[in-house]
Parts: sequence; C-alpha cells; structure tokens
Amino acid sequence: MKNNLFTYTLRIADDSLILGQRLSEWCGHGPIIEEDIALTNIALDLIGQATSLLEYAAVAENKGRSADDLAFLRFENQYFNTQLVEQKNGDFAVTIVRQWIFDTFRLPFYEALQHSSDKQLAAIAEKSLKETKYHWKHSSEWIIRMGDGTEESNKRVNDALILLWKFSDELFYMDDVDKELISQGIAVDLETLRPAFNERIHYVLQQATLQLPDSKWKLSGGRQGRHTEHFGHLIAEMQYMQRAYPNMEW
Amino acid sequence: MVNETTIWQYLEEVPDPEVPVLSVIDLGIVRSVKVLSDKEVEITITPTYSGCPAMNYIEKNIREVLGEKGIETIHIQTVLSPAWTTDWMSEAGKEKLLAYGIAPPVNEVDKLVLFGDSPIVKCPQCSSENTRMLSQFGSTACKALYQCNDCLEPFDYFKCLR
Repeated sequence: MKNNLFTYTLRIADDSLILGQRLSEWCGHGPIIEEDIALTNIALDLIGQATSLLEYAAVAENKGRSADDLAFLRFENQYFNTQLVEQKNGDFAVTIVRQWIFDTFRLPFYEALQHSSDKQLAAIAEKSLKETKYHWKHSSEWIIRMGDGTEESNKRVNDALILLWKFSDELFYMDDVDKELISQGIAVDLETLRPAFNERIHYVLQQATLQLPDSKWKLSGGRQGRHTEHFGHLIAEMQYMQRAYPNMEW
Repeated sequence: MVNETTIWQYLEEVPDPEVPVLSVIDLGIVRSVKVLSDKEVEITITPTYSGCPAMNYIEKNIREVLGEKGIETIHIQTVLSPAWTTDWMSEAGKEKLLAYGIAPPVNEVDKLVLFGDSPIVKCPQCSSENTRMLSQFGSTACKALYQCNDCLEPFDYFKCLR
C-alpha cells in the first residue's frame, strides 16, 4: 500500500544516513587531524539527522519496524538515497565536492522544510538547518581553497566536479509522492529551490576560479532504489553487525 | 512531598557526560518537568546537536539520579522544536565552562559568509583576546578548536549555535 509520508521521510533519511556512513570511512584517515575531526563531526550530525528521520519514518510506516531495522535490515533496492551520496570517497577533493553539492542543496531544502505543515518534519528541519550551515561553510571554503590553490589542487577539484556534477540533478527529483504531499503543504517543491541552489553554486565556483563541466549528462535512479555499483559494498559494511549477529544491541 | 521545584533541583545534580562541570540544567536541555505522583515524573529534554552521542547517557543519568531520590517511574521524552541554541545555556553554566578551561559561546558570525571573521574568543587560561580558530570542528559536535597566540595554549570553544 502506498504511504507517501513514509516514502518521503525515508528518502530524506537515506541521503543523510548514506552520506554519514561514507564520511565516517574517513575516521582515522583524514589528510590532517583537523579534517579527520571535521569530516567525522559532519558524519555524526548526518547520522543524528538520519536517526530522527528514520524514527519518524518508522512511526509513519506503523508496521512495527524500528529506526534501526530501517537503517540496517533493508536490501539494496529498498534504499532511496540519491546516487550522489553513495559515491566513493575518492581523494579529499572528491569527498569535498560531493559534500559541497549536497550541502548547497540541503541549505535551501531545510529552510523550506522547516515551514512544512507536518510538525515533526518541520522540527527536524529547523534543528538540522543549524548544523547544515556549518557543513556548507566548511565544504564551500575548501572548494575555494582548492580551486584557487595550486595547479595540483585545482586539477583535483576540477576532476571531482567532472566526476560528480552529473549526479547533482537527482537531488531535485520529484514524483507523485512529492506532488501529493506538496498539495498538503507537507513536502517541499524542489523546483522552487533551484534559484538559491544555482546562485550559491555559481558564487562559490567563481571564487574558486572553477567552472561547471560542459556535459549535460545526468544520472538518477536512487529515488527508485536503483544504485551504482559502489552501494552494495557500502551497505555490506554498514549492515555487517546486524546481519552477522541478528538483534544484537550495542 | 515531591513537586516540580524539587525535581528541577534534583536535575541540577545530573551532569553532562562530556562536560561534567555542567548540569543538564546549566546546559538548558531540560524543557519541562511534570510531576504525575510522588513516584512518577515526566521529563522533556531536547538535544544540543542531532547526533550528540551524549543524549543516551543523559537519559540514563537522569534515571539514575531521580531513581536514587525515590522516583520509581520516569518518562523521558525528546522534543526537537524549538531547536536548542546556545542561548538556552545558563549564565552560571557559562561561568562554569570558563573555569573548566572551555571558552563559553560568545557572539556569532554569519556562517553563510565564507572566510568571514571567526568570533573573538577569550583564552580561558590567560584571558587574552589574541586567539585564533584552528578548526570549526572540535573534540565534540558542540565545540571548535582554538589556540591562544599569547600563551600558546590550545583550547576548546563551545561554539555558538543559533
């Protein structure tokens, strides 16, 4: 049976969960200790947001599944995150570009969602927005440093843009789930976020002496549960404990 | 006879697990207290950061402290709105932080201004204002890392969240 609120909340939750999981892979591997701590702090915020969202999704679903069940016991095609957030960490430039595209989307998204007619989604957005501002500042400043840095750092960040920009459009994906919830004042009409998103993207790129890739190629499918080859490996690691020791508790 | 005032007083004894000089009251994360009977209370708390791993411990600490006071049934619920900001922290709490060696939250800068000035934070050791931010992400979600340019001591800054 169709449950729009559940699907909508799960999609937002999965973006946070999967990006948080990816960032946590940097723990102990950061290029410098401050960045190791920064990336894992951001991971923690995202996993915290995912927890609130998954708890609410579990309530919306009302089938007895918990937030942990949703996080750890779904199959690959039952996750609805965008393909952007599951992309591998690559080098530091790839991680930062992925984060920057995501943060630049999340800022106007949470700004809008905090006015949702759904009180819990609005509360989660209000809370998360404060954290997202720190994330955006961090990733944007690195884009500028690397783009306007050395020849090598400029090349790395430019390569990362070419690699990842094609996944950015999926952040704006909407279907009937969104449309029905928009009419109830619950969901955000993502088309309305494009001007704010584009403005911030271009502002930072200009400071960074970078340009968007020429290619208009767009990839999507994550919102329907179709993922890139990297995703299976990610959830294999993320789910290991629950799969190996069912019902274990920390 | 247990009333709301007694429960608020009891909660003064519940420490924050990461910054043990602060009580949950100093931190400003207890939103309301309701006494249902002499043995049963309802406490509403709010997290500082979404992913704050201390929240589970804080719940546990609340149960422990109130349990020792003879409260048998403790309902704890978490609310997210209005979102916690550092403005909820008490003045007494800010003084305790400083004495503990953590600079308390001060003025905020606009986080949407890139490479803008970082807030001027006084060194908790020598009180110099000649300090610099090393990283806006520190040892916990709520802190940034600073260093004093005069006494050279690195220190935590409880960052402003608004």
